Amino acid sequence: MKLNDEQQMLQDSVARLMADKGPVSRLRQLRDENSEKGYDEPLWHAMVEAGLTGILVPEEHGGIGFGLVGAGLVAREIGRNLSVTPFLSSAVLGAAALSAGGSDAQKAEWLPAIAEGRAITALAIDDGAKHRPEAIQARVENGLLSGAKLLVLDGHVADLLLVAAQGDNGAGLFLVDPNAEGVTIERTQMADSRNAARIRFDNVPAQAMTDGAAALAAALRAGRAVLAAELSGLALEVFERTLAYLKERKQFGRLIGTFQALQHRAALLSGEVAMTEALAMQALDACDRNAEDADQLVLAAKSKAAKVALLAGQEGVQMHGGIGMTDEFDIGFFLKRARAGGETLGDANYCADRFAALRGY
Amino acid sequence: MSDLEQFRADTRAWLDANCPEEMRQPMKSQSEHCWGGRKWEFQSEAQKVWLERMADKGWTAPQWPKEYGGGGLGPEEAAILDEEMKRINARTPVSNFGFWMLGPALLKFGSEELKREHLPPICRGEIRWCQGYSEPNAGSDLASLQTRAEDKGDHFLVNGQKIWTSYADKADWIFCLVRTDPEATKHNGISFVLFDMESDGVTTRPIELISGESPFCETFFDDVKVDKNQVVGELNRGWDVAKYLLTHERNNIGGEPPGFLKGRALGPLAAEYVGTEHGKLADTALRADIARLEIDQIAFKALVEKIRAEAEAGQGVGAQSAVLKYYGTELNKRRYEVMMDALGAEGLEWDSERTMGGLYAREWLRSKGNSIEGGTSEVMLGIVSKRLLGLPDA
Ligand SMILES: Cc1cc2nc3c(=O)[nH]c(=O)nc-3n(C[C@H](O)[C@H](O)[C@H](O)COP(=O)(O)OP(=O)(O)OC[C@H]3O[C@@H](n4cnc5c(N)ncnc54)[C@H](O)[C@@H]3O)c2cc1C
Repeated sequence: MKLNDEQQMLQDSVARLMADKGPVSRLRQLRDENSEKGYDEPLWHAMVEAGLTGILVPEEHGGIGFGLVGAGLVAREIGRNLSVTPFLSSAVLGAAALSAGGSDAQKAEWLPAIAEGRAITALAIDDGAKHRPEAIQARVENGLLSGAKLLVLDGHVADLLLVAAQGDNGAGLFLVDPNAEGVTIERTQMADSRNAARIRFDNVPAQAMTDGAAALAAALRAGRAVLAAELSGLALEVFERTLAYLKERKQFGRLIGTFQALQHRAALLSGEVAMTEALAMQALDACDRNAEDADQLVLAAKSKAAKVALLAGQEGVQMHGGIGMTDEFDIGFFLKRARAGGETLGDANYCADRFAALRGY
Repeated sequence: MSDLEQFRADTRAWLDANCPEEMRQPMKSQSEHCWGGRKWEFQSEAQKVWLERMADKGWTAPQWPKEYGGGGLGPEEAAILDEEMKRINARTPVSNFGFWMLGPALLKFGSEELKREHLPPICRGEIRWCQGYSEPNAGSDLASLQTRAEDKGDHFLVNGQKIWTSYADKADWIFCLVRTDPEATKHNGISFVLFDMESDGVTTRPIELISGESPFCETFFDDVKVDKNQVVGELNRGWDVAKYLLTHERNNIGGEPPGFLKGRALGPLAAEYVGTEHGKLADTALRADIARLEIDQIAFKALVEKIRAEAEAGQGVGAQSAVLKYYGTELNKRRYEVMMDALGAEGLEWDSERTMGGLYAREWLRSKGNSIEGGTSEVMLGIVSKRLLGLPDA
């Protein structure tokens, strides 16, 4: 697929915004300050102003309805800069879930709030250390939710929790007020210097959606596709930084980029990154077109992106030598984010397993 | 109806009326492929008729200009023809090195006279070509080739040896790299010449491959007379032609090769042999291998489409062909490894009827050559790192 003019303009403007307002140094600063909110507020405000929080919200609810390709283009730049915002939690997962399965009243209440940046939503899916949405443990009985969730991105700053639980009609998403009695939120700092909460629910009122299962499926599809784009951007950035280093660092009296062992590894990495980028875009586009093989492509893209981002991170550290291992140098942030982003909403193995199941073997 | 829709409708109707039933069955093996040429013996009446009808339309080379026997189609029409042929499983009517190697080079570098002489017989499947590049001491370092062509006034006299010349014993003509200026530096004294393999002084000796087949030869030239007007491009500038041709060759080798695995899904194939448990392949490690391979293939396809789309916007595939060749061939080798894992003992049978004469093992072994022919994988990575990534020379 090729970007249309509108998409190309979006990409260019988001690239400038992220590089300006959300570079890696901001992530470092937020970490070092132990920021209470855990995300980059000035950047988030700028994104709200640019309309990016409404990128998936339909126009009738105050968004710009740009589709997943648009959201992926934003995520790609987030990946390149490691910008820290609740974009994935709220603008992607929240908007996708509510649009797909919310009641009219729920949409009217939350979608404009997401688009205008008045509310942040967080998605609570995982009951255990590994992502297994086919075997959700949390339960809603008589309208009351009980269970425990982890890896709830931006969970401690959310205004609304979307919680996956077993209800009368099987597993689906429910709306929960994070301030309700019986909700216990523990903010956990993760290796990538982002926060993800562990949350306990003890008989907490939970609002059903019109189609909670559809909401869950839509959130997973959108989230994985957008994460694939973020990870592809991350991998590209690491690759470019590493390539630049190969052209600058000297040993044995010559540039290390003249060593064939490194040249071939750089060539391999460039190909892997190019394939990952192309596949991520194709998957996003397939979702927007509601293509028959969209789910397969999304799982393939997420699986591939998780692997390649990690490969890029590892190669990036290795080819920088000792300096690559230092906290002072930025490359390590990319490696950490590659692992955390790869784990989120299903790691490479999980996605490959589901991919195989969809392909019937 | 738009022009393209009309074209699709006409194409569909024409194919329906003209593609013989037998030519709509998937090939059982590569041996059913039609190579054409003076020595070609048609395997069936259907194969012959199909070639003739397609050649009459110019659709054996859909995008070549009509005056040279092609179809004169634009890229969109060619894509439609391709889709419509796939839709009914229509076989490629004929293909050989003339189509995907020499043709593009002639169209770009050849004189009007050479184009008119050589392109139409290619399109009609009448002349089959082989490629005389590699020599015993000039493989990856192709430009060090030593086969000489001496200027004898009205002709050249060619002496030397080529090796790994695919189908030299079956081909009618050869496109050949020869040194025409021994004084010049390595890349500057080479010319790209064409001659008939039936010329006096040409001999071929088949070499047997690990797959048991003998698709290529040692080729010897002993005082072979070559017309001076059979030089493609400028004299001593053959390297430019050679390199351009290689990008087409690499593009093609990187695509899905014909053969048993063409269009075949590995999951269901593996299920026949290793069985299933709870709806999944019983061998879970193999299942994971297949999934990873298929994901990589999908990613590769996405990249190919992107590169092609960018090329149409005038950005040229060029050195990108090295990326496509590298990944395309490495993936193909992986597919055959996974296939052999799945087939177990049956895949190992060498000449049973059950296995169509050891087809599996033979194709598996043949696939190993993919990452050698047309430039090795290591050479491709070298091109990527220097030409695309701009990494410095040692
Ligand atoms: C099936 C098949 C069909 C073929 N058909 C034809 C044909 O029709 N016409 C024709 O002219 N030729 C043909 N070839 C020849 C083919 O192009 C050569 O085999 C190929 O270019 C490699 O050359 P070589 O065999 O001399 O290996 P070498 O160049 O000797 O390579 C040996 C090993 O060294 C590695 N190597 C070499 N140089 C470098 C480097 N700079 N850096 C790192 N590694 C390096 C190679 O990658 C390889 O692994 C065919 C080959 C095969 C296998």
